[in-house]
Amino acid sequence: MNLAEHPAKTLVLRPAGIAVPEGEICTTPEAAAGAAGRLGTVMVKAQIPAGKRGKGGGIRLAANPGEAARAARAILGSEVSGHRVSAVLVEQAAAIAAEYYAAVLHDAASATSLVLFSGEGGMEIEEIAATRPAALSRHHVAGGEEFTREEARAMLADQNLGAEREEVAALLVSLFRRYRETDAELIEINPLARLADGSLLALDCKFILDDAAAYRQPELSARAAPEPRTALEARGAAAGLKYIELPGDVAILANGAGLTMTTMDAVHHFGGSAANFLEIGGEAYTKSEAALALVLANPNARSVVVNFCGAFARTDVMAEGVVRAWQSLNPDLPVFFSVHGTGEAEAVALIERELGLTPFDFMEDAVKAAIAAAGAHR
Amino acid sequence: MSGLEPLLLRHHHRVLVQGLTGTQGSFWAEKMRDCGTTIVGGVNPRRAGTTHLGWPVFGSAQEAMGAVGFDTALMFIPPAAAKEAALDAIAAGARGLVILTEHIPSHDVLTILGAAERAGTRVVGPNTAGLVTPGEGFAGIMPGHNANVFRPGRVGVVSRSGSLGTLVCLNLTRAGLGQSAFIGIGGDPMLGTRTIDALRALDEDAGTDAVVLVGEIGGAMEETAAAYASGMKKPVVAFIAGAAAPPNRRMGHAGAIVAGSAGSHAGKCAALAAAGVGVVATPAEIAPALAARL
Repeated sequence: MNLAEHPAKTLVLRPAGIAVPEGEICTTPEAAAGAAGRLGTVMVKAQIPAGKRGKGGGIRLAANPGEAARAARAILGSEVSGHRVSAVLVEQAAAIAAEYYAAVLHDAASATSLVLFSGEGGMEIEEIAATRPAALSRHHVAGGEEFTREEARAMLADQNLGAEREEVAALLVSLFRRYRETDAELIEINPLARLADGSLLALDCKFILDDAAAYRQPELSARAAPEPRTALEARGAAAGLKYIELPGDVAILANGAGLTMTTMDAVHHFGGSAANFLEIGGEAYTKSEAALALVLANPNARSVVVNFCGAFARTDVMAEGVVRAWQSLNPDLPVFFSVHGTGEAEAVALIERELGLTPFDFMEDAVKAAIAAAGAHR
Repeated sequence: MSGLEPLLLRHHHRVLVQGLTGTQGSFWAEKMRDCGTTIVGGVNPRRAGTTHLGWPVFGSAQEAMGAVGFDTALMFIPPAAAKEAALDAIAAGARGLVILTEHIPSHDVLTILGAAERAGTRVVGPNTAGLVTPGEGFAGIMPGHNANVFRPGRVGVVSRSGSLGTLVCLNLTRAGLGQSAFIGIGGDPMLGTRTIDALRALDEDAGTDAVVLVGEIGGAMEETAAAYASGMKKPVVAFIAGAAAPPNRRMGHAGAIVAGSAGSHAGKCAALAAAGVGVVATPAEIAPALAARL
């Protein structure tokens, strides 16, 4: 989950001793004018969960309260990088001498943490890596090991920092410590400004909290930006189900992420179009009744394919839930099964007895039948 | 560098089950034993000194190592306690450590994998369904005991997913192709054993004639493995799940997300095909593609 810029700066960076501009969140032009009255010359910044705000007209300079109100009026309610803006951050403007890039993140390929710094900030990291690779300093830290001031200094050896090297090294060490304390997948400061007096100031901050660690970061997870979800996706999340709504008409219920993706792939491969992604893998396999109800609640669904391959998940338990949901909801939709693995004999017997249906031997055949039925049902 | 040998589970490997006394630990330990796995005991600090289902229960993996010795530890442990259990097994000197747990906080995963690397412990997972060697035993939550799914043979299978891996092995068995080993590497983005490690283990295994690689969108493991596969003499067939996945959404597995062009289905298939790997579009095509190459 992500934090928006303002909570990322105030809850993540400031407690780590990393300086951020004074600022206030405003939802009206009047509030923006009031904030500018207190802060002086300000930047008015659209608060959206996306980058490229400057290019999209989402960041404006305002020298006085009147300009701040005008800037806020222009930005609030507008669309920036595909997001409707409902709040702006009104922030004290700074006299910038140079812009750097600093970040700490997980490097999945090496399963280590990666500290990044570039003397050329302001642009997206992908652009820095592609166009100015030599300007990018990297340092990997293995799990359980520390990141010391000496290592920070060493990684900055090729950067043309002069007197600021020590200050940047200290900032990177603080940033790394904070990354571990906050269960971050990523903390990125871009740009990191050097001011005329040589001090460092974080002008923007991107923060991604590890979903799996949300339970032990209650303060940060409570402030996370809500995921954009459809009503059905929200219902799935509330029930602890990974449901993604898709534009097609073949509804899918399968167990395990890999098998569910494969079922969706097969629907597309044979010329159909999936109405959803929903997997009930892991402990969620016992929730098949709620899961099928969710699948059937999608008004675009014209047929259903149920594809179970039990390893950890018992297909007999899943089939029981599906049969229960089918019998209580009694939907006017054709359904096609493929059932294999743990509990297969009991599951197949139950489906044959209660629904009068025989599961297909190959999932591909169940998928083809569901596509044909969806076409006939349209 | 940790050894590859624990990836091919053998009957003589001594397996310690952390979390043996829980519902899942108990259920699967009996299935594993019936399948030939040599389980030497369990770990539960609150029940140390007792026996469970006939196995001794120890207070820690380190205690178990001193008392009965073991090669591989298998974790039935909830996410919040996983780091402590894994570090215990690593400190005990486990050569293999199979972590079934999904949703372990990623900083704990980094700590576990860093410690394992320094100690020379081969970690499988996290979020793996485990290892199966038909005819020898299994360690994990796979239907290793189901003869419709797994039969002894000479095809090695590498899979990020347990459910899809099960389907693939079932299809192979139905086509008369038994398996030399199933290596479930796990659905997390950061793994102790990556696709290339499993591929190398099967390449070096005298009992394996061909390999099926079951991958997923997200990350770069399949691309890295493709470079290795290009130098292999054994035929490799691959199926990559996620062709129809919408971008920027997590498809169930934490690792299955495509951001920009990185980790895309097309990119992975292209890299594998360029390496001479037979890339198929649905699981049913795997067995025929493999048979054509054997």
